[in-house]
Amino acid sequence: MLFTSVDDVSRRLAETGYLPSPAVATTVFLADRLGKPLLVEGPAGVGKTELAKAVAQVAQARLVRLQCYEGVDESRALYEWNHAKQLLRISAGRDETWDEARTDIFSEEFLLPRPLLTAIRGDDAKVLLIDETDKADVEVEGLLLEVLSDFQVTVPELGTVTATRRPFVVLTSNASRELSEALRRRCLFLHIGFPDEELERRIVRLKVPGLDEALAESVVRVVGALRAMDLRKVPSVAETIDWARTLLALGADTLDETVVRDTLGVLLKHQDDILKAAAKLDPGAL
Amino acid sequence: MTTPTGVAERLASLVGALRAHGVRIGTGETVDAARAVEALGLADRELLREGLAATLLHGTAQRPVFDPVFDLYFPRGVGGPDTASADRDDLRERLAAALAANDRASLGRLAAEAVDGFGGYGASSASDGWSSHQTLDRLRPQTLLARVRDDVRARDGGSGFTDRLLEDEIRRRIEAFRRMVAAEARRRVAERRGRDEIARRAVAPTADRVDFLFAGKDRLAELRRTVQPLARTLATRLAARRRRASRGTIDLRRTLRGSLSTGGVPMRPVLRRRRPARPELVLLCDVSGSVSGFSDFTMLLVQALHDQFSKVRVFAFVNRVDEVTGLLEHGAADPEGLGARIRAQATLTGWHGSSDYGVALGEFAERYGDAVGPRTTVFVLGDARTNQSDPNLAAVRQIAERARRVYWLNPEADTQWGTGDSAAPAYAELVEMHECRTARQLGALVGRLLPI
Ligand SMILES: Nc1ncnc2c1ncn2[C@@H]1O[C@H](COP(=O)(O)OP(=O)(O)OP(=O)(O)O)[C@@H](O)[C@H]1O
Ligand SMILES: [Mg+2]
Repeated sequence: MLFTSVDDVSRRLAETGYLPSPAVATTVFLADRLGKPLLVEGPAGVGKTELAKAVAQVAQARLVRLQCYEGVDESRALYEWNHAKQLLRISAGRDETWDEARTDIFSEEFLLPRPLLTAIRGDDAKVLLIDETDKADVEVEGLLLEVLSDFQVTVPELGTVTATRRPFVVLTSNASRELSEALRRRCLFLHIGFPDEELERRIVRLKVPGLDEALAESVVRVVGALRAMDLRKVPSVAETIDWARTLLALGADTLDETVVRDTLGVLLKHQDDILKAAAKLDPGAL
Repeated sequence: MTTPTGVAERLASLVGALRAHGVRIGTGETVDAARAVEALGLADRELLREGLAATLLHGTAQRPVFDPVFDLYFPRGVGGPDTASADRDDLRERLAAALAANDRASLGRLAAEAVDGFGGYGASSASDGWSSHQTLDRLRPQTLLARVRDDVRARDGGSGFTDRLLEDEIRRRIEAFRRMVAAEARRRVAERRGRDEIARRAVAPTADRVDFLFAGKDRLAELRRTVQPLARTLATRLAARRRRASRGTIDLRRTLRGSLSTGGVPMRPVLRRRRPARPELVLLCDVSGSVSGFSDFTMLLVQALHDQFSKVRVFAFVNRVDEVTGLLEHGAADPEGLGARIRAQATLTGWHGSSDYGVALGEFAERYGDAVGPRTTVFVLGDARTNQSDPNLAAVRQIAERARRVYWLNPEADTQWGTGDSAAPAYAELVEMHECRTARQLGALVGRLLPI
């Protein structure tokens, strides 16, 4: 058991520089208690990946990360044989029968473990981060389902590896594709949305310590106003932090029309969003 | 299980209510939820809420149903607030202060007082209840906007860049307060009528199950945000159907010809290749006020799917018909304004403003008849309510003869077809008509009916 209470989760994550909402802290606590993988969904830049890193740090666990992408397959996710090394070994041609050689080249020495296998082998504490699960093809989901159900993997030539110590598992998704119902059922579900004003202010103060408190408040209020607008892509926490850093670097001590207009590009990525936001925030300028 | 007695039952009822709203919850999840209750305890209601959501839900879209249902089965308290019924001016005074301070805890307490003081109606216990509408009508929180704004300005000095954000921020706080009042009224009513009934009736369904015809502005905006994900799912489904279809059937003649070299034994079956050309789609949409939410949504969905077809043309009508394909292409970036733009820029009405299916269908067959050919599938969208005028069945027959298929999607419940001025049964004899009341139904129909 990693945590004694929900408060304990909040406090210790905060020590690593991650400030969880009550929902995040509660769900992390339960994932640990119930021993279930945690599926985290939410828009880009709200701290999904960062959460897994923070948990690993708190647990003094090794972070094992499977970054998903279109085309990721078993040999990238689970394990692969080191063919080159096997060939070398065979052509080095010791005096032995083929059976002996075969036993030898399909041994531990020639195995390249990938994240899923790495995460269930060994006795050390691990956090397995399966990042951007929605980018992987459906076939990989079947593989994940298998590994996350039994926490065991069978390598035909070697036998079955069963986790002696289950990793803390975090899957993240941007919901660009619906994950299957079966995979969802294996997991606790957590949606991370945009933080409330008070939490976002604390995040900004923590990540950009040099920033004046009143300015931090203004920053969060402007971001809140942009999120209420109908934009193609509203700013996330990552953009709030970037903007705060930019303002600090520019030496701005309050917001005004000019500063906002000049730095809006840090918050918004689409030209039409920038125009729309400028019109809303600074109607006089148009 | 060491959960206190009563909690297990309450959990079971909560699960039942969620299932009734279409949330799929298995026994495994229910067991996890009970373990969550055990691990979290009952002391902090908000932690309990998050814990149950984490164990019972599988997606973000279910959360708007979960929260009000949770509020009913794990209520904030029992009965009204301890304080004596408040005087209206005093309550508004305190509400203004809480809005200015953005103090959510106070706002919650004030919502409870407000419902208690102004929401009660009826005298006999059979018909009495609590109404959020009545509460808000008497309290009129929206009229506090200027007052709260001035208070905040006086407090903070009222200058600086962010001052321009203030009014919108206060509006959002007032909106949040209105939602608190609604939740509180639901809680009080549930104490009278029983939770199960209120959970079933008074909790809004997930967006994809809302009737197009009764969806408010907010719900339609929420729905529009599901267009892209729905289109992605449908595109995957179409691709799968296309793959299956292109495996093809056996071409007997070519198989036998091929078998000459093997002494007449058909060793290698020859599969008939489907023609690779993609089908054409024509959409004919009633965009009059009564059904516009439905048409707009469907047009956006089809636009999002346009690369699945060799050609998509979209026509809108009220009592005249006009092509809006171009408007739709440019409108994809701004779905919010699409409907308004179509109604502003296309010529859809003649000398009156209500829909006339007969005239519009006739005009389509006449002016745009060549948009429909043997490879075209036509979808007609509308409630088939003709305002007592001639339905012009001949025009529909003419379109059906030229097209490969014609489907009619009707946003009205099929029990309503034929009532009043509905010509649905007559049209349904000529073309295949389907009830299509919700985004969920539309998704299923489009996935099944779209040509591949
Ligand atoms: N609650 C928080 N406490 C501290 N930092 C946070 C918090 N939420 C977000 N951040 C910061 O926001 C940035 C973005 O976070 P992260 O990369 O984890 O986002 P993400 O949700 O994984 O996004 P994506 O979907 O793009 O991968 C990081 O710099 C992170 O430190
Ligand atoms: Mg990430």
